[in-house]
Parts: sequence; C-alpha cells; structure tokens
Amino acid sequence: MMIKVEEKLFQNRYRVDAGRPHVSIRQPDICVHECKTQQCAVCCPAGCYTLEGNGRVVLIADGCLECGTCRIICDEHRNVDWEYPRGGYGILFKFG
Amino acid sequence: MSEKFDAIVVGAGPSGNAAAYTLAKAGLNVLQLERGESAGSKNVQGAILYADALERMIPDFREDAPLERHIIEQRMWVLDDESFVGSHYRSDAFNKEPHNRYTIIRAQFDKWFSGKVQEAGALVVCETTVTSLLRDEKNRVVGVQVDREGGTIYADVVILADGVNSLLAKKADFHPEIEPKNVALAVKEIHFMPQEVLQERFNIGEEEGVVIELFGKITNGMMGTGFLYTNRESIAIGIGCMLSDFKEQKTTPYELLEQMKNHPSIKPLLAGGEMKEYTAHLIPEGGYKAIPKIYGDGWMIVGDSGMFVNAVHREGSNLAMTTGRLAAETIIEAKAAGKEMTAASLAEYRKKLDDSFVIKDLKKYQEMPDIFHSNRQFFTTYPELVNRSVHSMLHVDGVDKKTKEREIFSSFKQNRSLFGLMGDAYKLWRAFR
Repeated sequence: MMIKVEEKLFQNRYRVDAGRPHVSIRQPDICVHECKTQQCAVCCPAGCYTLEGNGRVVLIADGCLECGTCRIICDEHRNVDWEYPRGGYGILFKFG
Repeated sequence: MSEKFDAIVVGAGPSGNAAAYTLAKAGLNVLQLERGESAGSKNVQGAILYADALERMIPDFREDAPLERHIIEQRMWVLDDESFVGSHYRSDAFNKEPHNRYTIIRAQFDKWFSGKVQEAGALVVCETTVTSLLRDEKNRVVGVQVDREGGTIYADVVILADGVNSLLAKKADFHPEIEPKNVALAVKEIHFMPQEVLQERFNIGEEEGVVIELFGKITNGMMGTGFLYTNRESIAIGIGCMLSDFKEQKTTPYELLEQMKNHPSIKPLLAGGEMKEYTAHLIPEGGYKAIPKIYGDGWMIVGDSGMFVNAVHREGSNLAMTTGRLAAETIIEAKAAGKEMTAASLAEYRKKLDDSFVIKDLKKYQEMPDIFHSNRQFFTTYPELVNRSVHSMLHVDGVDKKTKEREIFSSFKQNRSLFGLMGDAYKLWRAFR
C-alpha cells in the first residue's frame, strides 16, 4: 500500500524554526557505511527520513511530530542528535 | 528571573499539572514551564480520562472541564484479515452520575487544567524549553536553564514532568536512554463527522461514548493494539506497537494505520468523516521493571518520564496525575517539617507510590512485557485461529458440528502443538495474574 504521509501531515499545524532544525544526523557517513538497516526511514511516523539510491539517508525535519522514535531506534550508532525545538516552535497540536 | 521558587515543574501535561496544582493550592511558590505555545499543544493521548485521579484534586471538575463523552460501552475485538471476534460490555449503570470515564481532547483538556493551575496561584510560562538542570558543587539540583535570555531559574526542588522523551533526566544521568523494547510507538488520526451520524453509527445517546480495543492481525505480528474512541463529534483512531518490533519490519506506522482503517469491520465506522489531524507519540510500556530512579537531591520524576503507564489496562494519564499529586504532597510535607529537599526527605515519594495503585498495578503485570515479547503467537496465530473457528461453526455447509470441532482442535494443535497450547495458557495466566 502506498500512502502519502504528506497528505496526513498537511492537516497539522506547525511553526517551523527556519534554519534551526531540532533533529539532525550526527555523521551522515555512518548511515551510509555502518548502518545496515536504516530503519529510521521505516519507523519515522512523519516520513522525515528518506533513503537516496546511493545509500545516503536524508533528513528533513519540518514535518516532525516530536515523538522521539528516531532517537530511540538509532540505538546501535547513536547517530541522531535530538533536542526539543525552541519554546513555541515545532508541531502545535490542535487536538493532540 | 532572579527569584527563587519553592518548586519548578517542567511540563504541563497531566502529571505536571497535577503537581503544580497541588503545590500551588498548598501555598507554595511554584513556577511551571511548558515548551508548547499553550499547555496541551505538545501533548498526545487517545484519549480517555479516568475521573478518579482528577477528582481527588478537583472534585467539581465536571462543572467546567471540556469532556467529550462518558463511556457506556467497551468493545474488544480480535481481528483476522477480514473478520473479528468480539465481546461487548454495555451498561446503563455507566450512565449514573458521577461518570467514571470520559473521552477527552487533550489540547483542550490540558489548557483547562492549566487554567486551574494558574487559578491556584502557580506561575505558568509557556513557549519556554528547559535545556538543562542546574547543579551545585555537591551535585544537587538547584534549578533549571531555559532557552531564553538570562535563563537560569532557581528552586528548592525541580519536578520533571517532561514526558516520555525526558532529555533532561537522560542528560542529568538519572537514567539511561530508553530501550526500544520498553516503548511503544502509537499513531493516531482524528476524524470529524456530524454528532447525529456518530451517535446513530455507534447506537449511543447524546453524551454517551464507546471504546473499541483492537487486537490481532492489524499489528502485522507486532506486539501492539489498536483503539477507536468516540468524541462528541469526532472519532479518534490509532494503533501502537513496540518500537523494538517496528525496528524489525518494513511497514511504516502510517501504512499500518491505513491498513487498520481499511479493515472491512472498521472502515464503515469512519465513512464520511473528515480527518483533521495526524499525531504520533511514544508510550512508555516497559512496566514495573523499567521504572528508573524517580527522586534524588532536589529532583523528582513524575508521569511518562518515570515510565508510569499500565499498558495492560491502557492507563497512563491517571498514573501521571497520581504521581504528580503524590510528588507534590511529599514536597509539601517535607517543607512543613522544615526539611531540605534532599534524596532522604524525597524518598517518601517512592513510599507513597508503593502504597498506591500505581506501583501495585505495575507490579502485578511486571512479567507481561517479557512474556508477550517472546510469544508472538498471541498476536498472530491465535487471532487467526479463533476467527477461523468461529467462521467454521457459523458457516452452514452440511458438515456436522462434531467434525468441525475436531477440525478446529486439530488446527490449534497443528499450529501450536498440545504442549504449546498448554504452555500458552500458562503464560497468559502468568502475564495477567
């Protein structure tokens, strides 16, 4: 089943902290060469992680739901740098 | 802010609000910090409110709290690919006031609760993220650092009510990083529809609500469950599985949710609804064995941050409120006795928890996570077998019932063996005893 997560995220309200993503990949090379599973691309419920054909993992955190999944599943390499957004920024749940 | 507070509460969810409310009500000088634009704007839950935990703090909450529906019917469905076997419990006794359980919408509810906290006298500051804890030379927690200019704030004690992703507790080395096996990832949508349609569809009256617990093939063999709750004019539908299981397979959380929404027994319930929000949240489900140290010199942990969730009964917000209240009461008593907020005086918090339903319930189910982690048949084989057995009995085709019974029994034996069946029965008994 092909589901476009963007269509779901479109319903949400965000205040993006432009230029200051609160999640980042520490060393992109680790994703390419050392991580065999790249499960962040499967498990992130907002589809923030995508795989490029060359084995690279690209992270765009604008749609982040701030659940913390990527931080916790990257337990082998600890390659995700995850902080909370600055106060007032990020996802703003209308219903929660 | 150079003022020193009696207590700082980090986070404005159920545990933080319960703590801040209780402290402020007792006359303590309380600062509560919330990173969202308002209380609730970062918080996600199904959501069911259990009245008891709130009632102990705010007995008349029903007068103005934003409640959706009180629950009069509980359905439990075990699903195969195109069927379910279910049990329903519905009682008019649930219509007697005061009602025991309500559906709520957290963004609204938390905002209301925060209003009560402010009325009680606490200073609530939103849009402020706490970045670290301040320690003195003896390593005692003496305050917090926030992401605002000149953002050091001091207090006698800091209560961490910062949720499942407690970066503060981790950075301060109060506990190690959460393990994927101790946390579930849940995704949820809210679908709006006219109130009358919803009531007709679920066979309920104006204020009445239904809960459906979903179990079986919908989780693709992962340890997890789904849920459907009726709000006033919307339906919350979600599914959650252990993160360690999500890690081992290739279905995304939103595909799993979509698959469940398209189940032939669920799809008609959502028909015509308009999806207005998609959320995701981690639920700490490690149980009793995963509870970290929850107090120390100048600090305490409450709510999800302390793993206080009873996954078996889907209780979390009531444990959160209760831990928040008991932490606050510990502080109030220590202060009244003229004690400092040391680990020794805050140890009373753990004692209070041990005497409460919080620890008693978590202890009761302490074996459950391990048992289900290593016995996947409960999520795949059994739901399938049960559904197919019922189908066989209800499908009239000229085969006699005795033969059908034999076939059913042998299909169970084939899948699990006789010892397997006996072992599974024992495991279930151990998990729930």
